[in-house]
Amino acid sequence: MAENTNGRALLTIDNLKMHFPIRKGVLRRIVGAVKAVDDVSFDIMPGETLGLVGESGCGKTTIGRCIVRAYTPTGGHILYGADDSGVDLARLEESNLKAYRRKIRMIFQDPYASLNPRMTVFDIVADPMRIHNIASGSELEDRVNTLLRQVGLRPEHMRRYPHAFSGGQRQRIGIARALALEPELVVADEAVSALDVSVRAQILNLMLQLQKDYNLTYLFISHDLSVVEYLADRVAVMYVGKLVEMAPTNELYNNPRHPYTEALLSAIPVPDPRRRSKRIVLEGDVADPANPPSGCYFHPRCPYAKERCRTETPHLRTVGPKHIAACHFAEELELTGIPPLED
Amino acid sequence: MENQEILLEVKNLRTYFMLDEGTVKAVDGVDFTVRRGTTIGIVGESGCGKSVTAMSILQLIDKPGRIVEGEILLNRGGADGITDLAKLSPGSMEMRMVRGDSIAMIFQEPMNSLSPVHTIGNQIIEAIELHRQMSKEDARNHAIEVLRLVGIPKPETRIDAYTFQLSGGMRQRAMIAMALSCNPLLLIADEPTTALDVTTQAQILELMKGLQNQMGMAVMLITHDLGVVAETCREIVVMYLGEVVEQSDVDSLFHDPKHPYTQALLRSIPRLGAGRTQQLNPIEGAVPDPFNRPTGCPFHPRCDQFMAGKCDVIHPDLIRLSDGRAVRCLLYETEGADHHG
Repeated sequence: MAENTNGRALLTIDNLKMHFPIRKGVLRRIVGAVKAVDDVSFDIMPGETLGLVGESGCGKTTIGRCIVRAYTPTGGHILYGADDSGVDLARLEESNLKAYRRKIRMIFQDPYASLNPRMTVFDIVADPMRIHNIASGSELEDRVNTLLRQVGLRPEHMRRYPHAFSGGQRQRIGIARALALEPELVVADEAVSALDVSVRAQILNLMLQLQKDYNLTYLFISHDLSVVEYLADRVAVMYVGKLVEMAPTNELYNNPRHPYTEALLSAIPVPDPRRRSKRIVLEGDVADPANPPSGCYFHPRCPYAKERCRTETPHLRTVGPKHIAACHFAEELELTGIPPLED
Repeated sequence: MENQEILLEVKNLRTYFMLDEGTVKAVDGVDFTVRRGTTIGIVGESGCGKSVTAMSILQLIDKPGRIVEGEILLNRGGADGITDLAKLSPGSMEMRMVRGDSIAMIFQEPMNSLSPVHTIGNQIIEAIELHRQMSKEDARNHAIEVLRLVGIPKPETRIDAYTFQLSGGMRQRAMIAMALSCNPLLLIADEPTTALDVTTQAQILELMKGLQNQMGMAVMLITHDLGVVAETCREIVVMYLGEVVEQSDVDSLFHDPKHPYTQALLRSIPRLGAGRTQQLNPIEGAVPDPFNRPTGCPFHPRCDQFMAGKCDVIHPDLIRLSDGRAVRCLLYETEGADHHG
């Protein structure tokens, strides 16, 4: 989908760092840091969907929160804007953020916790437009009406409270709220993870339709690799706060270059008993971001680890067209991906 | 299908919750059989009654819910013979001897189902002492053995750890160890890997498979994840709104689904490897409100093969097909070998 790859990126993340201090003792002295996000760089083109995947604690949600500036990053830059008016969101003062909060919106995971139970659907969707002085009175009502219809809800239900809606309908309300300010970039953090399978497909198709209609750019954060394959143009894989691999979706799935990506792909249960795959079962648990291993963070669990992996930290480098990976042996290893499905 | 000995037979099970707002028929006519040493998957979306079915088998239904009808026949073999668990009182000694001994259960969220103030060792030893005549020391050694069996490193020291000192995957292993400590005939696993990451999920699924081969128990795996059942189960029961809509062996279910709900469910999940070329076909609408069940077939408002004047009037029976499969749909009325339920 991202045809204009030669154009300017809508969002450029440059060496982003988000370290949370660990405090101890009566004086609450800082004794260390949880490196939730450590030196991550990537960009997103206008109209593109970038999938950000990884296991819990890998820092994918923290990146999303830094982009909407729920957190102030401890280092690096978040450059926003495809034209020359680009700004660094990481450094922007709170008072100057309002304009960007309009352009960058978020969809949350839990459709139960992310809607205020004391507000009607009308108020939930209208609130952002009131705050940004976009519309009022009957115009506001018309807009909410249109938005609800666009996300597949009946506008006559807009005076109801969230409890009257099912999980899928609530997620639609959350999407309507995100779209109310006509954003450019939507950060969707596990937007379909809490939904039942039959409803999940409805929301995924809705997101694709809205992207077409409004030329939206998505950062789609998820742990579910089969959903990401359906939605994303490119996929970035994270492990313990670092980006380990990034490539166009088909390339990453067919031809992974990092052993962690290979293991992740092989761990996905395939809904077809005739394709029961040989799983790579990783030993141990995800490393602690407060106390990561030496060298390559993945080496204690990596089935291909060699002496060099224990001592030397691999850096991201180009291993193919638009394909980057952080593994010393990316070129030598013959890793297995997901073969393209024939129909 | 091989005629292996039947371990558990659930017949026409109905569990209702009598609430002020009305009666919720959480389980409303569930039939299935579990054969010794095999894995059966129970799949369905939230609210379909799959967890309540499991809780009914163990008589763990809280008030105002209760089993109103049906039989749960457990065949322990030998002198014990066949017991109808539905007839036992939930607090009876006999029922307590079934729980944790013949039938054990593991839950989705190990943090909530293990005690935070007891060491994992004490929790496992308690289960062993309840069901086996063993000295404290033997029980402790046995607990260390099962912890080693489930792949917990250094079980001699970890036995004295508290749950908060373990990672999610390790906690789930500890819970499996507790469930297996008395060599159950049936292990009920309710969404055992849903709260875990994919790589940890792969570890736990492999572990369960290995332990099943080793110990020969039957596993009843309850999940919403069609990928997990495809990889682990031999037989599958699909539930919708408290009813079994289809029962089939795993291969036929995924390659020749009979019930329109199963067909629609399979069309709505992304297939790995198909990339962006595929088309997802969602099921329209949502699972109906339990107080407001549709008339006739409960799936008819969302069904793409809905027959007006039929599906919204007649409640279909579970029809046995000639190949041993079962489906609850009026489309197969004429094919039924014999009517059931």
